[in-house]
Amino acid sequence: MPDSKLILITGRSTKQGVGISEGKSLTEYQKATTVLELSQADMARYGLRDGDTVRLKSRYGEATVQCRSEDLPAGMAFMAFGAATNQLVGSETYSTGMPDTKGLEIELEKSLP
Amino acid sequence: MQVDNVVCAFCGCVCDDISVTVENGRITQAKNACVIGKAWFLSHGQPSDRPAAMIDGQPASLDDAVDTAAHILTQARYPLIYGLSSTSCEAQRQAVALAEAIGGCIDCCTSVCHGPSGMAVQGIGEPTCTLGEVKNRADLIVYWGSNPGESHPRHMPRYAVTPKGMFIPRGRKDRTVVLIDVRPTPSARAADLFLQVNPGKDFELLWSLRALVKGQAIDEAGLANTGLTLAQLTDLAERMKRCRFGVLFIGQGLTQSRGKHLNTSAAFMLVRDLNSITKFALMPMRGHGNVTGVDNVLGWQTGYPFGVNFSLGYPRFNPGEFTVVDVLSRNEADAALIVASDPAASLPRKAVRRLAEVPTIALDTHESETTRIARVAFTTATAGISAEGTAYRMDNVPLHLSNVLPSSYPSDEQVLGRILARVKELKPW
Repeated sequence: MPDSKLILITGRSTKQGVGISEGKSLTEYQKATTVLELSQADMARYGLRDGDTVRLKSRYGEATVQCRSEDLPAGMAFMAFGAATNQLVGSETYSTGMPDTKGLEIELEKSLP
Repeated sequence: MQVDNVVCAFCGCVCDDISVTVENGRITQAKNACVIGKAWFLSHGQPSDRPAAMIDGQPASLDDAVDTAAHILTQARYPLIYGLSSTSCEAQRQAVALAEAIGGCIDCCTSVCHGPSGMAVQGIGEPTCTLGEVKNRADLIVYWGSNPGESHPRHMPRYAVTPKGMFIPRGRKDRTVVLIDVRPTPSARAADLFLQVNPGKDFELLWSLRALVKGQAIDEAGLANTGLTLAQLTDLAERMKRCRFGVLFIGQGLTQSRGKHLNTSAAFMLVRDLNSITKFALMPMRGHGNVTGVDNVLGWQTGYPFGVNFSLGYPRFNPGEFTVVDVLSRNEADAALIVASDPAASLPRKAVRRLAEVPTIALDTHESETTRIARVAFTTATAGISAEGTAYRMDNVPLHLSNVLPSSYPSDEQVLGRILARVKELKPW
């Protein structure tokens, strides 16, 4: 397994925004918030294909999600705000009230089928 | 029945040109709304059989639920009121009065979206304008750390990029659009210039831009690892100085990355500097429909925009101490009242764990992760669909929220008003 870490950026997406209104328990929202986007280079580096399940680990928690390739810089991962990102983000706010939801260091491990 | 010029209160764009069709007690169309706005109108404009009040998961009378909520809040030593970004200013005003009455902490979703922008405004001031001025005058639009194509789908077409304006007669052709982000988002395709910065390097770039705008020399080596070259940054500085009216829209790419309020402060300082050369404004891309409103209501009632504590009998402000993530994850709050927000689905898990441990009261228009863990849950009428009121657009322009689909549920304002009245009966000092 590659030993380098990834930088996770979490944020809004249109599908996640639609899901807030339509229902967070619906499949569309669940799918929109449990897919990790990676560069093609990182997909190849980790031996991943679209739809593979990966296990993510940060200093604060873990989450298991699916992955797919996107137009991203190598070393960066993106995932829409949701239950999975909440597991990974810590609660330290450095006297600002704002947790580190962008630029979070994570480790990725491919889950066995 | 068709109702025109309805305000969409989902996101900070607060578009006021929606034509809503109401048929057989439900909303069937929302013309002009974006994909997210349509989902908001159509989902909230449906009949519901959810009880108006529940205690411990069981249907209850409104009176009993109000009484239980008031007892929880008056018996708590450190009650927290949180949320408020998707309700009316009138309901927000009741929440502030309630926070004062119970000597509690009151915080809004600002603390986890643009709290750092609010802190920058306090320190530097706010060079701002309205979205109408953007449409009619702005010839340079810069988005930094924002992905409006996905988060605010009508921001570009309605306000900032494509519309024709009084001094922008050819619309898109008369504007230059720059997008600065750590990844090539879908919004990058709509920009003339996309600048990809490395994560966590926003502050260095903003500070370097300040120097370039002031005509000071920058060492290329100082930009190492930022993702941009001196030539790219110099070109951006020159574009900013050359424009007639520029606007910098900042997103959570600045507020949620390392540096936070220092990033936003650098952005505000850059825009302040630019105003000695040309006309320039800065506007945070506010997320929820009335999160700007709650900043205003808290501001005019307490002097502070978020993270306010009344435990000493007067308002105190301290981000990191009185803000929701901190108050919950340090296990300080011993009761919570959540209004028009779903923190159980959006906060870090340590904070959510505390929320599930303490007696929580939730007001929401539908079932959510937070109503599921709440001791007392109220179903309320959606502000802007079934309850009238006021919402503030991201440029601080107040707009009227309509009631296009009358509901049997009480509004947030009504429920909070009743809880406040009961609290005053229980603690009549």
